[in-house]
Amino acid sequence: MSGAIHAFGKLILEGAEETGQFSFLVRSTFGWMTSYRIEWRQTLIQMVRVGVESLPVTAMTAFFTGMVLALQTGASSKHFFNEPLFVGTVVAFSLVMELAPVMTAIVVAGRAGAAIAAELGTMKVTEQIDALYTLGTDPIRYLVIPRFIAFMLVLPLLTVASDFTGIFGGYLVAHAKYQIPATVYWHDITNNMEIRHFVHGFLKTFVFAAVVSLVSCFKGVTTRGGAEGVGKATTAAVVISMVLILVLDYFATAVLNAFGIT
Amino acid sequence: MIDAEGVVKRFGPRTILRGIDIRVETGETLVIIGGSGCGKSTFLKCVIGLHHPDSGKIVVDGVNVADLKTEREIADYRRKFGYLFQEGALFDSMTVWENITFGLRYLTDIPTGKYRKIASDCLALVGLKDVEDFKPSELSGGMKKRVALARAIAAQPSYILYDEPTTGLDPIMTDVIADLILDLQKQLKVTAIAVTHDMKAAYKVASRIAMFHEGKVLQVAHPEIIKISENPYVRQFVDGKSEGPIKMKLKEFEAEGASNHVAKKS
Repeated sequence: MSGAIHAFGKLILEGAEETGQFSFLVRSTFGWMTSYRIEWRQTLIQMVRVGVESLPVTAMTAFFTGMVLALQTGASSKHFFNEPLFVGTVVAFSLVMELAPVMTAIVVAGRAGAAIAAELGTMKVTEQIDALYTLGTDPIRYLVIPRFIAFMLVLPLLTVASDFTGIFGGYLVAHAKYQIPATVYWHDITNNMEIRHFVHGFLKTFVFAAVVSLVSCFKGVTTRGGAEGVGKATTAAVVISMVLILVLDYFATAVLNAFGIT
Repeated sequence: MIDAEGVVKRFGPRTILRGIDIRVETGETLVIIGGSGCGKSTFLKCVIGLHHPDSGKIVVDGVNVADLKTEREIADYRRKFGYLFQEGALFDSMTVWENITFGLRYLTDIPTGKYRKIASDCLALVGLKDVEDFKPSELSGGMKKRVALARAIAAQPSYILYDEPTTGLDPIMTDVIADLILDLQKQLKVTAIAVTHDMKAAYKVASRIAMFHEGKVLQVAHPEIIKISENPYVRQFVDGKSEGPIKMKLKEFEAEGASNHVAKKS
């Protein structure tokens, strides 16, 4: 019994310590970003890694998501109304407000977030992060801030690209499978959607970008142990990022709805 | 001059440094010896500010490390130091010359156009040439160590801290690195602290040797005095014997022996 209490207490203490360290990283990131010169070269390198190199996989994910949405909507609509109605509307609404932001963030967390945690984790266990200190710079300034800014700039753009490729994928299925003309498909979208629907999904991407970049960097710079530690940090970064994306998606949606951006 | 008084450092429930009192005079090379986990590297990291002591103080040229608050104060302090990490800690993603000149951007006002020349000069000081554009992964262990040494001296520090400079190298390369440390000492007139297990290198480069044991300083003396020390802990360590008052080593051998025995049986 005392062993269980001891283990529980240890878990609570470790959780509190980790939360404190994460809060410190977030505070330092925002504090340093406003106080010191930003490493733009590093930021640009990260933008290429997070953005350009993720584009094919996020676009493909969105493309097939749009296709399957059109397929399902068309089939359901035909089942209930005997003809495929509002396929464009359903595809565009689902993608722009929910699926494109969430799925793009999850794919980028799995790809770029894991890479960040593994890279920084390896730097940590090989003392390269300590070396940054001794060479006059701070790891938060040199490693975390460029990655944070890169995510904040690039994830929204990737999401917009996902919006378009998903809608296009949906159109291909709507046209090929249900013979819906482009004008009807497009009319379904423009007639029922407003700019605030796009803004709703777009604003959420900033929350996801902050979460994925900060969690991945945090797990990387706090890695302990050797290769095993790097593996654990990478897994933890991806799992925590994905769970937080889904959890925060609900709260972000609730907040945006409260402000009428819905 | 580096002056440490009653430095205590804890990591969770473990106390690593239990009150270190030591003074490093300007221009000397103090070599710290001691068993694994006795706090040698932790002390080095406290000196440069990577770790903050829980109590006690470290004063360098009249500046208490604990009093450094602003970014400028910390940068000015770090500018005084070069640090050679045990495994080199070279940045994988950068070339040799980018590694060597990395700190110049943050620690000095030297224009970037001169970086390449500085890198070549530093490499020449450690006996290397034509490796500027190599990546660390393309270098041997000894070369990595030398490049790391070149990086440590690039910003012309007043103090160099060596963390296990010869660990993992063959005997000849160990002697080469020890000679390099001596040469740098003569050419750059720096004050140095070196942490090592290697007694041959320690005798060669040290002005004085300090023996750490369980987070405390057992003895600080000239290498010739250390060689004939009557302190049983120092005696055991410098002679490299398994039997003696340093019990931890003996237990490790016993455990290893037991596991070998089990392995043979199975």
